[in-house]
Amino acid sequence: MILDFSSSLHIVWALLPEIVVAVTGLVVLMLDVFQRGSRSAPSAPWVGPLAITGLVGAVLANAWLLTLEVPAQNAQIAVDGFRIAMNFIVLGVAIFGLLYSFDWLNREGQFTGEFIFLVLMAVVGMMLLGGTRDLIVLFVAIELMSISVYVLTGYDRRSRRSAEAALKYFLMGAFASGFLLYGIALIFGSVGSTNLSLVTSEIALGTASNNPMLFAGVALLLVGFAFKVSAVPFHMWTPDAYEGAPTPVTGFMAAGVKAAGFAAIVRFITIELAPAAEFWEGIIWWLAMLTMIVPNLAALAQDDVKRMLAYSSIAHAGYLLVGVAADSPLGRSATLFYLAVYAAMTLGSFAIVYLVAGKGDVRSKLSDFRGLGWRRPLLGAAFVVFLLSLAGFPPTGGFIGKLYLLSAAVESGESVLAITLVLTSLISYYYYLRVIWKMYFEEAPESLPTPERPGLAFGFAASIGALALLVAGLFPGHGLRTASRAGEDLVPRAAVVAPGAAPSARPSGQDPAASRASSNVSEPER
Amino acid sequence: MLSLPLLLQEAHAAYEPILPAWILLLPLIGAVVNGVGAFNWRGNKAIPSIVGPAAVIGAFAIVVVNFLAMRAAAPHDPAIVSLWTWMSAGDLRIGVDLQFDQLSMLMLLVVTGVSSVIHVYSVGYMREDPGYSRYFAYLNLFVFFMLILVLGANFAITFVGWEGVGLCSYLLIGFWYENREFASAGKKAFIVNRIGDFGFLVAMFLVFVHFGTLNYETVFAAAPAALAYGGAVVTAITLFLFLGCTGKSAQIPLYVWLPDAMAGPTPVSALIHAATMVTAGVYLVARTSVLFAMAPVSQAVVAAVGAGTALLAATIATQQYDIKKVLAYSTVSQLGYMFVAVGIGAYTAGIFHLMTHAFFKALLFLGSGAVIHAMHHAYHEVHSHEDPNDMRNQGGLRRFMPITFATMWIGTLAISGIFPLAGFFSKDEIIWYTGAYGYGILWGIALVAALLTAGYMTRLMVMTFHGENRTGADAEPHLHEVPAVMWIPLAILAVLSIVGGWVNIPDALPVLPAVHALHDWLHPVFEPARGILEAHGLHDAHSSPIGGGEAMWAGISTVAAAVVIILTFRALVHRTWKPAADSTEPTGLAGVLYNKWYVDELYDRTIVLPLLALWRGCWRIVDAGLIDGSINGLAAGTRAVGWIGSLFQTGRVATYMFYFVTGVLVILATFLL
Repeated sequence: MILDFSSSLHIVWALLPEIVVAVTGLVVLMLDVFQRGSRSAPSAPWVGPLAITGLVGAVLANAWLLTLEVPAQNAQIAVDGFRIAMNFIVLGVAIFGLLYSFDWLNREGQFTGEFIFLVLMAVVGMMLLGGTRDLIVLFVAIELMSISVYVLTGYDRRSRRSAEAALKYFLMGAFASGFLLYGIALIFGSVGSTNLSLVTSEIALGTASNNPMLFAGVALLLVGFAFKVSAVPFHMWTPDAYEGAPTPVTGFMAAGVKAAGFAAIVRFITIELAPAAEFWEGIIWWLAMLTMIVPNLAALAQDDVKRMLAYSSIAHAGYLLVGVAADSPLGRSATLFYLAVYAAMTLGSFAIVYLVAGKGDVRSKLSDFRGLGWRRPLLGAAFVVFLLSLAGFPPTGGFIGKLYLLSAAVESGESVLAITLVLTSLISYYYYLRVIWKMYFEEAPESLPTPERPGLAFGFAASIGALALLVAGLFPGHGLRTASRAGEDLVPRAAVVAPGAAPSARPSGQDPAASRASSNVSEPER
Repeated sequence: MLSLPLLLQEAHAAYEPILPAWILLLPLIGAVVNGVGAFNWRGNKAIPSIVGPAAVIGAFAIVVVNFLAMRAAAPHDPAIVSLWTWMSAGDLRIGVDLQFDQLSMLMLLVVTGVSSVIHVYSVGYMREDPGYSRYFAYLNLFVFFMLILVLGANFAITFVGWEGVGLCSYLLIGFWYENREFASAGKKAFIVNRIGDFGFLVAMFLVFVHFGTLNYETVFAAAPAALAYGGAVVTAITLFLFLGCTGKSAQIPLYVWLPDAMAGPTPVSALIHAATMVTAGVYLVARTSVLFAMAPVSQAVVAAVGAGTALLAATIATQQYDIKKVLAYSTVSQLGYMFVAVGIGAYTAGIFHLMTHAFFKALLFLGSGAVIHAMHHAYHEVHSHEDPNDMRNQGGLRRFMPITFATMWIGTLAISGIFPLAGFFSKDEIIWYTGAYGYGILWGIALVAALLTAGYMTRLMVMTFHGENRTGADAEPHLHEVPAVMWIPLAILAVLSIVGGWVNIPDALPVLPAVHALHDWLHPVFEPARGILEAHGLHDAHSSPIGGGEAMWAGISTVAAAVVIILTFRALVHRTWKPAADSTEPTGLAGVLYNKWYVDELYDRTIVLPLLALWRGCWRIVDAGLIDGSINGLAAGTRAVGWIGSLFQTGRVATYMFYFVTGVLVILATFLL
């Protein structure tokens, strides 16, 4: 089928995965209300499978998008390989996040339809964030995602930590949204449109080259995104929010929100604002540097595994920023691949932490992991895979992902970033391996209760997650090929495909931004 | 399923291996099932009892079918079965290829046949052990690797098997790993074997450098043209290969691990450390006979080392009191004979002795296992902690264990070379050819060692089965014959020890019909090597170095052995031994022999202790000082920085906003300035 954006029905087709998820969310909410009425009781158990079914439906719809033939267009929604890949990642995060969270919800007696509804709404926001090409839609998407996640952070109403984390996250988030919105306003003010393709051509044509208002807008947009992916120095909320939030929610935010944030950065900054590269390149470079170094050092001092993982997730944002800073199709592909791998390992790690922590999420100290490997061998083995993958140890997906990021950085001449990535990864070995040490080489005292046996959904998710990481580490071919196709397929296609625009073909000594701008001029948007 | 006659009929025209992969797969499946069982149904005795022996007996059945097919087709060239390409890098291409020829077929028969018997025996011997399933997992895995070793069509695959059997040997020697001494024996075997493996590896590299391939067929076909006869290269290759053989087959200087390896369960000693694995070195020399034939220096070394080992080990065996130690040194000694044979170029004689030795030495070990089993049981009943292996504690057991007694005497007569048992034909052939090919000194040594063999074996029998019982009055009533599952294997091996030699009866013996079955069977395999030897002056003198023909010397040696047996018997049968606990260590020459010529002590002083001191120094200075110090310092430094960093994380939103705004201002400044 050829997509035709002059027909409103075709816009529905283009948005089908998002619509499926949104409708599923509404159905879950309504059915739950009808079934429970005003009683304050756990929801019926079929709510979970219903949501999973909806998400699987969205995965299918997303796969169907691949079959569409898409003309060059300036629609508000992009139908390209990158968006579809991002959708797969986000939907995967949602499915696995839900599978992991059921045990927690049942244990805490908080299994309700609202939780699932909020997750699904956040997912809609995340998907739109990776696909939209309009600043207004962008803002709506980011707020839909953020507000859902704020609520999820404070979902455990009985817990003071949860409430505190939610409030902090909300205050900081609102603060950051202010900057983001102001940035959008400045861009609109200087260009007269919220459609990014117009902004791009405006910059490319040089009419806005010395417009401080436009660049201030871009800078503030970047700040908003940096906050979402928790890049240093906009990361301060992260350890507190991640530590206080219900642990499955932490995993979901760490994987999903980060993925969506990176999707937005890749699309808005490196693609749409490619002509302004000379302005944001340095910023991204410094953000990547700081975000690799600071959290890796801070994580060393943590003796709480959950908080340590929070710092680890900030550090991973730094590694991912290296892929962005490479600013090449290879870098984008590496970012995609790493996002997928990162989602699998970080979801799994946080899920295991909540299982060990027990009711009320009380035991997440390093010493609470003593003897875990012997008491729950399968769980221990899965955690080892997740941790080694986070550290980037072969033969796991984390290793291949880092290798991919490194090769992208080196190819783009960012050797300082590459070296920093390697060195900070080395530091991170210490705090990841320390957990494994506790799990296998120290005995659990009698007083430490054995973690409960996980349920079927958890076991399924954890084993698939761990196996997938091993497969990605041992047979990375298929995943790498998929990522490389998706990383090269972004609208507007002309900007990417045009000769000279690809960084690998950059003539040395010439300003990359200038060469890209000139190629865009010579080959205007169709 | 294909029917057997059909398979044979098909094979008649040209030999094609039948179900070749299954010969390997069955033991492997057995190992996996039992390995899983060792974790999941540890208490279950039925599954290992069935799966363990069945896997090997199944492999034996396939081998027999293949043997019949090969006999019908009588192929001249080996049949190669390529399973898959293992590695391919540059010029190197190593396939997982199996070679079926007369030599590997004979080895297959011996390995799977003897293994089957010993697996059945193990059902009785190991049944009470808590590690029963684990035991069969290792034993099946051993058979799997041994078959790979035998079937490999190139050096690399043989090496895989070579290492694999070494691993299984280590696992089984240290099977009772709770006992520190036993675990150390396993480590000793492994480490000593590593020295030999180094030789094998170097030889393999040399072969690849000079031939560009590791396939036996290609290498042997190219060798006579590619390398100079007696040149440095072929000598180096063969000497390094032989270094590997001295490790695996327990020859001077690397024989020291085998007596200690008796720490493992006795069926393991019978299978791995007597009948199969330790003969791998002999097999390797026979397999690479073309290369050895081109290196006269290496040949002389092999033969001399073999003869020296045969004599040295035989002397030590005369003064040991542990029944298994006697048999272990006897094995070392008999392996020496085999190396003499393959060293002088009498390959068929070496393989012949390998086969018969597998029968009678397995028999003797299993018999000793039966004795130990009975002794252990009796001591267990009365809660005694005496050593059931020590012959000074035994004696007079013939009254309690008549079947074991009878079968072990058959084994003893066979190994002593008494007509018409198996050992007579095979050992005599080796001794005869040593003389006839002109190795006078080695011939003399071999004769002396043969007489010593008769002596120490008779001593073992007398101390164990004759005379008064020394078990102790309270333990004596508990001595019993072993169950049928253990004595039937003994009976089978006893029959083989009698008739096993009849496949090869020399022309020279009067009255008897000449039989050349084995010579004819192995002829295609050894033809090239024999051709090289004969072209370079090997000739059969048809008389011993001091005159006399084959029939005469055969007669002399069997009579001499019989005389030694009778004299030893008469000298010892009325002697009284004190039980082990009351005995003092022997003195004089007996003491030297009892302490094995102090070779272990010599190795300890000259090699082990200096190396240990050196490594300890390295560890103190380099490891503990340099490496640990710098790593620990670095870690402490980074942790300190991390702690300072976490001070900024105050938990207050206002602080966070301050950093946020600072960040924004910095970014805006760089954008706009």
